Amino acid sequence: MAYEVNGTTVEHDEEGYITNLSEWTKELADVIAKAEDVEMDDERWEVVNFLREYYDEYQIAPAVRVLIKAVKKTMGPEKGNNKYMYELFPYGPAKQACKIAGLPKPTGCV
Amino acid sequence: MTEDIPQMDDPLDIPCLKHGAMEGLKPFIAAPIHQEALGFPGELVPDWKERALEKMAEMAETNRAFQIYLDTCVKCGACTDKCHYFLGTGDPKNMPVARQDLLRSVYRRYFTFAGKYFPWLVGARDLTEDVLHEWYSYYHQCSECRRCSVFCPYGIDTAEITMAARDILAHVGIGQKYSNEIIGKVHAIGNNLGLPAKALGATLEDLEEDIEDETGVSVRIPVDEHGADILLVTPSADFFAEPHIDGLLGYAKVFHEAGVSWTVSSYASEAANFGLFIGNQDQMREVSLRIKKAAQDLGVKRIIFGECGHAWRVAYGFMNTLAGPFDFLDQNYPIPQHILEFTWDEIQKGTFTFDKSKNDHIRLTYHDSCNVARASRMGDEPGGQFEIPRNVIKAVCNNYFDMERDTTHESTLCCGGGGGLLTDDLMDLRVKGASPRMTALQQVTEDHGVTHMAAICAICKTQFSKVMPKYGYDMDSILSVHQLVSNAIILTGQEIDDAEDTND
Repeated sequence: MAYEVNGTTVEHDEEGYITNLSEWTKELADVIAKAEDVEMDDERWEVVNFLREYYDEYQIAPAVRVLIKAVKKTMGPEKGNNKYMYELFPYGPAKQACKIAGLPKPTGCV
Repeated sequence: MTEDIPQMDDPLDIPCLKHGAMEGLKPFIAAPIHQEALGFPGELVPDWKERALEKMAEMAETNRAFQIYLDTCVKCGACTDKCHYFLGTGDPKNMPVARQDLLRSVYRRYFTFAGKYFPWLVGARDLTEDVLHEWYSYYHQCSECRRCSVFCPYGIDTAEITMAARDILAHVGIGQKYSNEIIGKVHAIGNNLGLPAKALGATLEDLEEDIEDETGVSVRIPVDEHGADILLVTPSADFFAEPHIDGLLGYAKVFHEAGVSWTVSSYASEAANFGLFIGNQDQMREVSLRIKKAAQDLGVKRIIFGECGHAWRVAYGFMNTLAGPFDFLDQNYPIPQHILEFTWDEIQKGTFTFDKSKNDHIRLTYHDSCNVARASRMGDEPGGQFEIPRNVIKAVCNNYFDMERDTTHESTLCCGGGGGLLTDDLMDLRVKGASPRMTALQQVTEDHGVTHMAAICAICKTQFSKVMPKYGYDMDSILSVHQLVSNAIILTGQEIDDAEDTND
């Protein structure tokens, strides 16, 4: 199971999360997004970049509430809400956006 | 994945049989790394048959209940239509008696006189690799909710058979990815999410800010505070997901207003105990011991559990046996205590001021979570686990309506995602298994205009937020009970803004 990016392959697990986080690139994010039926645009990049920064600092994705608060600050209140996040990432901002951002899947009762 | 949504007129409508409808459905099998972290073999061992039968023999010898449950069933059929997965899928192997018989038929072949010598007469069958995989499939189509057990005239606890089958499978190398990966994270990091201490601290600080922004009152959510009176053990979903996190804000406000000192622990930052789901006592014990160690290290006097269904079952029923004695705690309080017991006690003492109109935008019903309803209690009276959550809800919410009685209290229907099935690879099963509950909800929507449902289990909350949109509800129609408390409570010194929007 692997994604193909510019002639190289990047391994992923059964659910499409890459297994070696250091192999993530922006080009790969586009490939994963395409596989997820999501078109990357400025808003989605904003979310993905925030998730990666947060992960760098804390080794986990942020709570949805924390993500939304950050989005509210940068994109305004009309976009800083759960509903809009699900418009951007229909399978959920935590799981689908993490997949595209090359981060592990949040596990547990979430 | 596309799911076809079952159409039911009544939540308990018996479906037409669909033989083989769910055959071959399997959640992802645990990778060697997730198996080995729990002491299980990484993959199917060459001598799987001998090991599986040895394990079954050990269970029959050491667990009297297991043997009795396998020997006693007379196939009366009382359980056949009691399983939400059978009702939702129509697959006859999801009738509890049929699902149990997948294991019982093998037990009979090797452990009973008739089965050893005349297997064809008594429906006994050999253990083959196909049988193992059939077990893996159908024992992951049971959420161990034990609704069928309520109706069994012999009191057979069918969930125990599911747990035994999963334990045997893990012992020969076929574990479930979802549960085993998560248990590994609890051992390594302290919670199901894999939320490290630094991230936990940052999240809680952020939430403190939110409460202060909302109320103007500084409410603390302390972590690793030595000498606090109360250790709150809550599912890590309460630090991460919606609507769980709104419940956490409710606990914080309740503790604040009651004037008690409390803390969460970064070492035991998880109430859930998936050792129960995989039927493995060693794992259950290890997870429970983390809580004891955290309580001792922090020097607390009491342990209170947050809104988590099976955690409360393990805490209420097994924690003392697994990790006791808890003689170092204050014996004047229940050990352990449920957050709803705490909140209800304080409500009765008149500790809180509520503005119930803050929940007037909600017409509410309540989903009894299976493990709380059928495997535990709250308070000092029988049935407290049903009454106390409803009492708290009615204290903070004006518009409350129960669902059909056959689907609540001890007869409650599973949310469809319990027992280790809350994983995306089982989404089709989860949607179908939720249909009886969703049908009961639709009835109260029709009859009373119900808009929201509350629950006290992290799994129920996540499951409903995912499946409710398939049944015509918004994903935020599922609420935490303490979220309703949080909405209505007026903290001492809170700024009251009449024009404020209460529906956020």
